[in-house]
Amino acid sequence: MWKWLHSYADPERAYKLAGKLLPWFSAIALGMIGVGSIWGLMFAPVDYQQGDSYRIIFIHVPAASMSMSAYMAMASSAFIGLVWQIKAADWAAAAIAPVGAVLTFIALITGATWGKPMWGTWWVWDARLTSELVLLFLYLGVISLYAAFEDKVLAARAAGILAIVGVINIPIIKYSVEWWNSLHQPATIKITEESSMPMEMLAPLLINILGFGVMIGAITLVRFRAEILARNGMRPWVRELAKAEGVK
Amino acid sequence: MNNRRKKRLALASALIGGVAAIASLLLYALNSNLNLFYTPTEIVHGKTDTGVKPEAGQRIRIGGMVTEGSVVRDPNSLHIEFAVHDAAGGEVIVTYDDLLPDLFREGQGIVAQGTLTDDGKLEATEVLARHDENYMPPEVAEAMGQSHQQMDYSEEQKAGSY
Repeated sequence: MWKWLHSYADPERAYKLAGKLLPWFSAIALGMIGVGSIWGLMFAPVDYQQGDSYRIIFIHVPAASMSMSAYMAMASSAFIGLVWQIKAADWAAAAIAPVGAVLTFIALITGATWGKPMWGTWWVWDARLTSELVLLFLYLGVISLYAAFEDKVLAARAAGILAIVGVINIPIIKYSVEWWNSLHQPATIKITEESSMPMEMLAPLLINILGFGVMIGAITLVRFRAEILARNGMRPWVRELAKAEGVK
Repeated sequence: MNNRRKKRLALASALIGGVAAIASLLLYALNSNLNLFYTPTEIVHGKTDTGVKPEAGQRIRIGGMVTEGSVVRDPNSLHIEFAVHDAAGGEVIVTYDDLLPDLFREGQGIVAQGTLTDDGKLEATEVLARHDENYMPPEVAEAMGQSHQQMDYSEEQKAGSY
């Protein structure tokens, strides 16, 4: 089984596999986010306290939870790249980083816009908000470290170590609302017990969370393919590909 | 796995383990300082682990539930006085002179920032509503007897009292 997986460390095969997966990921992501957003924003019932303002949850929660998942995916790829020295894993980590950074930014902005009318403030330095801001800085650090070195093997090692060290922030974000008292409310979606939200609100939210996850996959595949081409520009198979597509 | 990979795996795992250990020690040391607010019980009786009580004149945040029936408003100005309590039984009076957030109601969780006065009241400069994790449609809330009335301000109050 490991042999079979190993063959995809070859850049050409990884490039082709990513190309085959891309349309599926794109179609599923578009479908799920379309259904989840229209259902959530237009048809889900209003909240008894917040009225329509609560609907920002259908963007905020998927962006926030997926910003953490994207970080875990990036750190795992960086770990594999660092230990087994598989370049394709390093490229995958570099491809995910900006996607995760944008999601973190969306989560922070939507949270602030909701916080102003509901809490009465854009920002407060409580544990949840601060640790999510640290996550954004970690992403930016990984992106800039990878960009800072001309030698991409060295760049991937430096960025990979930062990504792995930053993993410690993920449980802190997740449990910040339980370990300390904060202005941010605890999680609504619970895995072990019943969620504190009725099904007609929960269903579109879950669809959107999954949709955001698949969307990260789709955008990462595009960036991963570009990264492979950029790192293998001198290889014969890339030159042939360029010739076939008529690029000068 | 060959030896070089084993070594790198051990190094990377040691890195993760080390960082996790440092972070947990750091968070353990900082523990109570990472809380956003004092609970009313902590203001009245002191913190459970250290017994530290906030002193009069200190700028602090307090978080808890607005006690039902405790809200007293001045009809001619925005001045409002209400009690904040928590499940452990502490209660602190908060005074405030500005517009309250939309979610402010009796029974609602709030976080107020201000200075503690000599008679143990909190003179708030900022009151934030704390939303809980429960979401439900209005029909369900009504069936559960949880419909909430919004605060309404009279024209005179909206005109301001400054």
